[in-house]
Amino acid sequence: MKKINYSILALLGLVMVFTGCNDSGKKSSNGALSSNNAEKVYVAPGEQDEFYAFMSGGYSGNLTVYGLPSGRMFKEIPVFSQFPTSGYGYSEETKPMLNTSFGFVPWDDSHHPDISQTNGELDGRWIFINGNNTPRIARISLKTFETEEIIELPNSAGNHSSSFITENTEYVVAGTRFSVPVPQRDMPINEYKGNFKGALSFVSVDPEDGRLDLKFQIMMPGFNYDLSHPGRGKSHGWFFFTTYNTEEANSLLEVNASQNDKDFIAAINWKKIEEYVNNGGGTKMPANYAHNVYDEGTHTATSTMKKEVLTVDPTKVPGAVYFLPTPKSPHGCDVDPSGNYIIGNGKLSADLTVHSFDRMLAAIEGKKFDGEAYGIPILKFEDVLAGTVKSGGLGPLHTEFDGKGNAYTTFFISSEVVKWKLGTWEVIDRKPTYYSVGHLMIPGGNSAKPFGKYVVAMNKITKDRYLPTGPELEHSAQLYDITGDKMELIYDFPTHGEPHYAAGIPAEILAPKSQKIYKLAENKHPMATLGVNDARVERKGNEVHVYMAMIRSHFTPDNIEGIKVGDKVYFHITNHEQDFDVPHGFAMIGANNSELLIMPGQTKSLVWEPKEVGVWPFYCTDFCSALHQEMQGYVRVSPANSNIDLSWSLGE
Amino acid sequence: MKIPIGSLALLFSLLMLSCGGKEEKKKEGFSVRPQKTTEKVVETPVATETKASERIDLTNKGIGPVKSLTLDATVDAAMAAKGKEVYDQMCLACHRIGKKFIGPAPNGVLERRTPEWVMNMILNPQEMVTKDPLAKDLLTEFNGSPMANQGLTEEQARAILEYFRTL
Repeated sequence: MKKINYSILALLGLVMVFTGCNDSGKKSSNGALSSNNAEKVYVAPGEQDEFYAFMSGGYSGNLTVYGLPSGRMFKEIPVFSQFPTSGYGYSEETKPMLNTSFGFVPWDDSHHPDISQTNGELDGRWIFINGNNTPRIARISLKTFETEEIIELPNSAGNHSSSFITENTEYVVAGTRFSVPVPQRDMPINEYKGNFKGALSFVSVDPEDGRLDLKFQIMMPGFNYDLSHPGRGKSHGWFFFTTYNTEEANSLLEVNASQNDKDFIAAINWKKIEEYVNNGGGTKMPANYAHNVYDEGTHTATSTMKKEVLTVDPTKVPGAVYFLPTPKSPHGCDVDPSGNYIIGNGKLSADLTVHSFDRMLAAIEGKKFDGEAYGIPILKFEDVLAGTVKSGGLGPLHTEFDGKGNAYTTFFISSEVVKWKLGTWEVIDRKPTYYSVGHLMIPGGNSAKPFGKYVVAMNKITKDRYLPTGPELEHSAQLYDITGDKMELIYDFPTHGEPHYAAGIPAEILAPKSQKIYKLAENKHPMATLGVNDARVERKGNEVHVYMAMIRSHFTPDNIEGIKVGDKVYFHITNHEQDFDVPHGFAMIGANNSELLIMPGQTKSLVWEPKEVGVWPFYCTDFCSALHQEMQGYVRVSPANSNIDLSWSLGE
Repeated sequence: MKIPIGSLALLFSLLMLSCGGKEEKKKEGFSVRPQKTTEKVVETPVATETKASERIDLTNKGIGPVKSLTLDATVDAAMAAKGKEVYDQMCLACHRIGKKFIGPAPNGVLERRTPEWVMNMILNPQEMVTKDPLAKDLLTEFNGSPMANQGLTEEQARAILEYFRTL
């Protein structure tokens, strides 16, 4: 009995050991895998990320800054939208940034950031982004991470195939998604076909200070110009745009713009057109568009309305524009690091179409045309095609490159990233995304020198990836390690607004150049209070100007009397700190605009129009020191007919 | 859980008291009259010690980039003028001449401090207020209001020192 008992026990024990082993074996392999992945994304406290990722904000109109691989968000840079956090678009200095030909437009839909390049490689001077709704291009300094310039684009609508730059940042290029009458006029909508135009804008970038100038617009047929990318290396001097709605439908595009089996990629030899306009070619036409520039010295933006634009009829420049037939309403238009392959992602297709730049040149040379569209030669599809990627996925949208001969394409409908090989077109790997991926980004993935360590997939749908936050959710992004043959999903993080495209760059290129303070000695703001002895209050009719200084932790002055109901009070406030990360805030009770957040050495101005008699406090909104709570002041507001003189003081 | 009637009564009386307190607040202003306690307060040494701002220490050089500095017998007027310019822009918000403000007045500072200490306080305030005993006491004396690092060059700090000699 005892013996049997022992053997049963032993057997049982053995079974337990075995199953235990299996179980723990499984668990530990999962555990090792996920802990390995955890290590890949773990940035220990006090350590910093390897890459910056700049994500477009979509309907937020702004640009957000993340770290990779941690997925931590560092900053939201206000670009096209008012930003009460800092006062951008509310302060007197920055209101001109949002001026347009439609008046003050305090929002937009920002889409495609692109970092400046030199010789096809990221140089980290500026980042550009397009406003899609009210067509604009913005230039953001990567030294201050502030928007420095916004230029509006006339003759454009739904500024979507933007803002991509040429190999040496000669131009930032912007194409219209919606074709419109040029010039705008009152005409029946159903006369669209043959009458509307699609403007492709070439905005020159000054190599020294980055200043933008709309050099010329190519007036293309009235298709929808969806996305674009520059040629590079051997194809430098060319730019490629995908088109759809070559049907020129003006209603129910969902059906009517999907009739043609093939639309086009427009290949533009911009060097040829540049030469043409430099030699006096093109037609100047009246226009009205805003050019807004923020001056770093005066901390102030100015807005100038421009009244003329140089337009180019592409048929007048032989050899400058060709159409490459591309199946199924192509969306993404991506060029590989060598500059030879132009990838058109037919969004209604399962396959990717890859054109060859070399073959395109040969086809042009051999005049292998398949007719023309509005005078622009259409090249024979078979003669420009390099290959087709048969992926088995559905709804290809965008492609990026790792610099090791591989391409990565997102598939919206089948929610996946597919890795394939340039040249052989074979699919190497595919990984799911969660869910419905739009763009993807490899740092430098749109340049001659990608940093092929990670790919970020930016998804349109989040659903169950995070804790629910009501019906409205942030979007989800997935981070994949792409250093091996197979991609590995290693992290998931939420992104703000709706990131369309993104641009990444190694931190070591940007971080050392990042500005820490504005030097007070270099402050050229005309309303700056550079010494506390200059702090004062002045009246000009019913305008009152308060010249105020701030330092931990008081305002000079902090008691102001003699303001009257009906006055328009301008607070011009200078932060006298000269230490990194000591901003001060300024909040005035009942201010109808916003607060201000003023960086060390910076001057900002806020208008306040007191409506009621009383003694009204203001205070610092940024916890600045142990005595931050003491950083406050009062404004006495007297009746409109009062005769109390202006006076101001501190500590008296 | 039983609640003793006594505690309820106490709660009630507290509620009453708080009502009474509200009425008190209607008075304009208030003054605090410290109640005399029977316990004898142990005198803290700080109370008897000289204030940090008045303490004289002509050996402590402080902590920072300036290790040794000898002043000329005569004041360099040009340098002092330059120092005043920098001082008025970068320092005056907190340090007024001839009166205690956010921080101490600079008048006669070189009778109490070494030139090195003064310059290190200007150039390296964060480390000074955490490590230098005198600077630590000064931070306490001045309400915990930290000396801001104004990012001055050594040359600018030296000019300010020269300006102090003229005060």
